[in-house]
Amino acid sequence: MLEQIEGSAAVARTVARCRPEVVAAYPISPQTHIVEGLSDMVRTGELDGCEYLMVESEFAAMSACIGASATGARAYTATASQGLLYMAEALYNASGLGLPIVMTLANRAIGAPINIWNDHSDSMSQRDSGWIQLYAESNQEAADLHPQAFRLAEELSLPVMVCMDGFILTHAYEEVDLPSQEQVDDFVGPFDASQALDPADPVTIGALVGPEAFTEVKYLMHAKQMQALDAIPVIAAEFAEAFGRESGGLIRGYRTDDAETVVVALGSVLGTIAEVVDELREEGARIGALGVRCFRPYPLEEVRTALSDAERVIVIEKAFAVGAGGIVGQNTRLALSGLPVRVHDVVAGLGGRPVTKKSLRSLFDDVFADRLEADRLHFLDLKRDVVERELERMRRSPGPHAESILRDLGMVAARSH
Amino acid sequence: VLQVRIHGRGGQGVVTAAELLSVAAFADGRHAQAFPSFGSERTGAPVVSFCRIDDEPIRAREPIAEPDALIVQDPTLLHQVDLFAGLDPSGSILINSSRSFEELGIGELIGRYARNRLLTVPATDLAREHLGRPLPNAALLGGFAALSDAVSIESVARAIRERFGGRVGAGNVAAAQHAFRYVQREIEALAHA
Repeated sequence: MLEQIEGSAAVARTVARCRPEVVAAYPISPQTHIVEGLSDMVRTGELDGCEYLMVESEFAAMSACIGASATGARAYTATASQGLLYMAEALYNASGLGLPIVMTLANRAIGAPINIWNDHSDSMSQRDSGWIQLYAESNQEAADLHPQAFRLAEELSLPVMVCMDGFILTHAYEEVDLPSQEQVDDFVGPFDASQALDPADPVTIGALVGPEAFTEVKYLMHAKQMQALDAIPVIAAEFAEAFGRESGGLIRGYRTDDAETVVVALGSVLGTIAEVVDELREEGARIGALGVRCFRPYPLEEVRTALSDAERVIVIEKAFAVGAGGIVGQNTRLALSGLPVRVHDVVAGLGGRPVTKKSLRSLFDDVFADRLEADRLHFLDLKRDVVERELERMRRSPGPHAESILRDLGMVAARSH
Repeated sequence: VLQVRIHGRGGQGVVTAAELLSVAAFADGRHAQAFPSFGSERTGAPVVSFCRIDDEPIRAREPIAEPDALIVQDPTLLHQVDLFAGLDPSGSILINSSRSFEELGIGELIGRYARNRLLTVPATDLAREHLGRPLPNAALLGGFAALSDAVSIESVARAIRERFGGRVGAGNVAAAQHAFRYVQREIEALAHA
């Protein structure tokens, strides 16, 4: 049913309809409303047959999910930012053991400096943890990705992270067509665990593996994750058939036919990018956008095919590898290797800085006019004057940048150093 | 697209107001999107929320820098925050106050915008009267329904009732309806002035 609803509530209700048997979570902004919603539904009985564990940390949340999943229970959690980092060790255990846990990540920046706002530095920090990573563009897609995530996780015995932009999506009220219980039951089905701990038939999972077999186990993990590249489009197509709308998949192009310039991005910024693409198309520019919906495994062939006719690609990404450059940018370059396509890498929206139509428009104009050098990292809306002043100050006296820049901008009055 | 920006202070229901406005517009068959100025706002600190209403699905997710309408829940912000930044010359302003624009010391705005789009409504007083608490957000939405054709008062009342229910819902609906009539009368008086 189509409802005007908060993103977090839409996700909580859709997750409930996937009938998780264990939800273990610890609150952290901007994910809190999701697990609050689920805990309410467990309390009222709306989510029946589910144990909600209010644990003492994110590490415990993931550990409890691992335990639950290993006994054959459908397990779910949600977190953000430092919470995901606190889970890091357990994330690798979940994927290494092949446990089909589903997690919602309400994307938020990682400190220091401490920041509660949105970017992708949390999910990107765990991109190589063995979890499948799906990115939602809207709250409709965030909701729809969850039934698909449970299907995918349980089909492949792999954990899946559904990433949705914190605050921008989690706290936005917009219309979402919530799937009914019957629809989700038909689509997801019961969890038939391929491996389940059972006291009546004891087995060991999580054995010590030495040099004699570690490589082979890891090789198989990689091979299994690559299978998701085949499974995800099939599940997305079945979803479209069952629910009557497109959600998920590996990649999705927007006005990319005949596009000379293609903008590549992940998540909710794709909506704002589509608006700018439409404006520029009106003016005759041949521009389109490519949304990468699945970042792990990386759909290299699909990205290559989608971008191979472009002259240039502008990657807009909400995280970067300090000292190395863009992360989505590097993956895009890998997909395009050997092709004569210029790639511009642009970091945008860090720590909640809005990515505006005006800034995007001015960025694209710079690219069209060859004012933006390819193959080096750019920062959208970087306050160069602030950076220059801080560098100048550093020459005179040491001290932390964060406090000093806040003073420079008039945000705090107190001396820090 | 109609873009509304709501200013107030933490604890006054600024975020709830934008959400309710979006629910009301949705009930009227429009597309709507509401979101807060994301942050760790404390009680009493300036807070902003946003609502877009359109006949097309809404894709843009940037904050509203150039609103078509402003709702000001706390007039003490008038001299603290640049409330009118980016407001379109054909835009509307609804301020929670029992005083006029001249009395509020912002009479200079009158030349810049259409006079019948600049209105005040004593939303806090109306909330005290009908709800027993000084929470102005629902009353302001009622006033906004009279000022703008973006939402109907029926849908505003429905959105409030769905959110709060019971006595609190009924009190807020009464405050909103009172504010609706108040602003309607103001507009009529301006038309005959």
